[in-house]
Amino acid sequence: MSTKTSDITVIGGGVVGLSVAIGLLRAGNRVTVLDGADGDPRASQGNFGLVWLQGKGASYAPYAHLTSEAVSGWPEFASLIEDLSGVNLSLDQSGGYEFFTEEAEFRDFAADLKQQQQFLGNHFSFETIQGDDLRRSHPQIGAGVVGATFSALDGHVNPLRLLKALKQAVAALGGEIVNDAHVTDVSGGSSGFDFSLRSGAHHGADRVVLAAGLGAATLAERLGFQTRVRPQRGELLITEKLSERLPFLSSTIRQTDEGGLQIGGTKADAGYDDSETLDVMAGLAQHAVTVLPTLHDLRVVRAWGALRVMSPDGHPVYARSSTLPGAYLVTCHSGVTLAPFHGGALAQWIDDTTDAPNLGAFDEDRFTLSPAA
Amino acid sequence: MAAASSAARGGLRVLLLDEQPRAGGQIYRDFALNAGRKAYLGKEYLAGRALVDGLDVANVRQEFGASVWRLEPGSRVVWSQDGVSRVSTAPHVLLAGGAQERPTPFPGWTLPGVMSAGAAQVLMKNAGLLPRDAVLAGSGPLLYLIAAQMIDAGAPPKALVETQSMRSLIGASRHLPRALLAAPTLIKGLGMIRKIKRAGVPRFTGASGFVATQTATGDLSLSFNSAARTRTLVTPLVLMHQGVVPSTHMSRASGVKHVWNDVQKAYQPVTDQWGGTDVPGLHIAGDGAGIGGADAAKAAGELAALNILHRLDRLSEDKRNQRAAGPLADLRQAMAIRPFLDAAYAPIPELSDPVGDTIVCRCEEISAEAIRTAHRSGAQGPRQVKTATRAGMGPCQGRMCDLTVRGILISCGAEATVPRARTPIKPVKLGELAALAPSQEA
Amino acid sequence: MTLDGAPIEALPGDTVAAAVLAHSGKAFRTTAHETPRAAYCMMGVCFECLLEIDGKANVQGCMTVAEDGMVVRRQNGLRRLNGDTDE
Repeated sequence: MSTKTSDITVIGGGVVGLSVAIGLLRAGNRVTVLDGADGDPRASQGNFGLVWLQGKGASYAPYAHLTSEAVSGWPEFASLIEDLSGVNLSLDQSGGYEFFTEEAEFRDFAADLKQQQQFLGNHFSFETIQGDDLRRSHPQIGAGVVGATFSALDGHVNPLRLLKALKQAVAALGGEIVNDAHVTDVSGGSSGFDFSLRSGAHHGADRVVLAAGLGAATLAERLGFQTRVRPQRGELLITEKLSERLPFLSSTIRQTDEGGLQIGGTKADAGYDDSETLDVMAGLAQHAVTVLPTLHDLRVVRAWGALRVMSPDGHPVYARSSTLPGAYLVTCHSGVTLAPFHGGALAQWIDDTTDAPNLGAFDEDRFTLSPAA
Repeated sequence: MAAASSAARGGLRVLLLDEQPRAGGQIYRDFALNAGRKAYLGKEYLAGRALVDGLDVANVRQEFGASVWRLEPGSRVVWSQDGVSRVSTAPHVLLAGGAQERPTPFPGWTLPGVMSAGAAQVLMKNAGLLPRDAVLAGSGPLLYLIAAQMIDAGAPPKALVETQSMRSLIGASRHLPRALLAAPTLIKGLGMIRKIKRAGVPRFTGASGFVATQTATGDLSLSFNSAARTRTLVTPLVLMHQGVVPSTHMSRASGVKHVWNDVQKAYQPVTDQWGGTDVPGLHIAGDGAGIGGADAAKAAGELAALNILHRLDRLSEDKRNQRAAGPLADLRQAMAIRPFLDAAYAPIPELSDPVGDTIVCRCEEISAEAIRTAHRSGAQGPRQVKTATRAGMGPCQGRMCDLTVRGILISCGAEATVPRARTPIKPVKLGELAALAPSQEA
Repeated sequence: MTLDGAPIEALPGDTVAAAVLAHSGKAFRTTAHETPRAAYCMMGVCFECLLEIDGKANVQGCMTVAEDGMVVRRQNGLRRLNGDTDE
């Protein structure tokens, strides 16, 4: 039995865990990341790569602010990661659309954005564009599009290269990533934490950040957290590559820098089943050719399902364990968008420095307190 | 073909979906087109007649150019033909997707003029194109068959460069007693080798260290080591072959349990003696369930059809077992030679575990070294290698690199699980897919 | 039929890939990284024989039966959305 120790152990080697590790390393901590097995759910390997503000936190002001700050922190974060890793992230924040084919959905979303704009004041603006106006500037947009919203702040990165770059950045900052280190159990006391790995090995740490996505479900309970995350399936298509660039980015159709189009944005509760399904694949294709009829002859080369990590209200959770001091829970979807925050100010909150952000709005006590309390 | 005609004879209505433009599969490809011509394809090829003719019955609806891209338990079959996808349902589906040639990555294998040996045979069957001055390289019974066909057609190969050595043949000889059960196959093989010798085709054995480069005149220069010497042959066409492996994209994407067959060095679905799988209603027969060759595939197709007839109450258990005796014996005889062939003509390590800048994933142009780097950077298995390198993300969906990625991972000491396959297993147009959306259905 | 504007012949039943190979052993296309590729497996597995056929890009030449009057073009690099590669 080998026991290794580190100041802080991050459980989870996806985009969220690696970003948190980078923040902690930059703040001067000794950090070890325990990454899971090849077959674990791994939302970071199946996502869409959006750096997206539109609609985020329309019903929850703190989330709107958090996202807004993270989005504006992306250029600096990207150059930091690119310098550390030597990997080009293809960050493009030149604005993005949400396309609508149903009048009611268009109206509702515009109302959401209005609410978001009230929360964010001069940090956010958006346009609503009627279908015919849209077609005047982009004649290739299909007649089935009733309208679109646009925010100049939205963008995307290459999600797979981001994951690769974050790993290399952790290593460059002196952090250690332990691969195939699926944590099966954790115990904690006054002398620190002990993690049992599936291999039979043990790992020790003074403090622990649980950022294991869906893998956090059982470990969270052992560390005294209330939050129970659940999977939400999204399905995606990717097409053969094109030599020319699509004239726009949208939250459901994006072109990777390699040239293929990624089409996605669906939501389903299917437990841990990450299969691709015929009706959803066909629906995604229909959406794509409705928005851009010229895509009709473009071939889908792959489809897949991936599981989002959802908290009970869908917003991020940043929580300190009340029963085991030194244990922190970090869980969210949109881990790409929020990466600059996780790789920056969140470390101050974990280290409890005087300039730490107030993350009370993201504590898990929001799930336990009754509305009357 | 054997399963379709057996099932139809048993009273079932059969929909036969074949991706190729005409009946015949790979072995009896274009049989109707070539019947009575191209004698060089050999006597064995003529056995295709009964199979192709057997489809010509009222209960079999044949669709060609029909590419199945998704199977769902239940069973829904999604297939594309002439740019239109359709969904067919049936209580039973038999997957007879056959085999593909094992990928053979070596420096220069992406150059125009390097082809798989099977491709040359397709050209002979389909177009009557005769590869002239070609170098046949690699190993396996198909290599000898193609060489013999080329000789009979008047276009003998410039050389036969074999990767197997005397040692692998001697090692395989312990399987010979069982292989003698398949004496006709063995004798046929010896006859082909005699024909190659008689034709004066230069043979090199125990070859390794393959490198192909392009010459100034547009030919290929193929270098390799044999008998402790480096040889170089200049040829317009290099035909490389390292045996065939089951086509498993459809069965893996359907959720059938697969295992690694370490004798045949390939993934294969787990099936029972009837071809039944752990997915209800789905049988798999032929090379797609494990390499056995044409005679084994025909017998396996008949067995699967008998089992499906039984499941549909067209045949009692006793009658099924009784009628299975013939095909079971055929299957045993056809399979008897496999252990000898698998051992004698096993793929050589350098082609399953390439190094340096040899391309592994042809679609995405990913090198062997890139796969190793990804493993060193933490990619523990096929899934992380794929997302870290893009190997397997192109239109062939890993058909040309899955096995090589596995070979490299194993050589790095990693555990290589069965890679996941997803639908559509062949590219399908967005407009075609969109037409299947629920709101579009009439 | 024509290949890059020049007339070529195919026999009944030939695939487009076979006809192109018979005409010349040259590359069918170049990849995104500009390396030349030609038909490799001839049985629909490898996707190396992609050609522009009658204005449609990335068609598998080995899975397409040649027809009278077909207009076939080699492809340079990645496809465009609207087929025609030399507009």
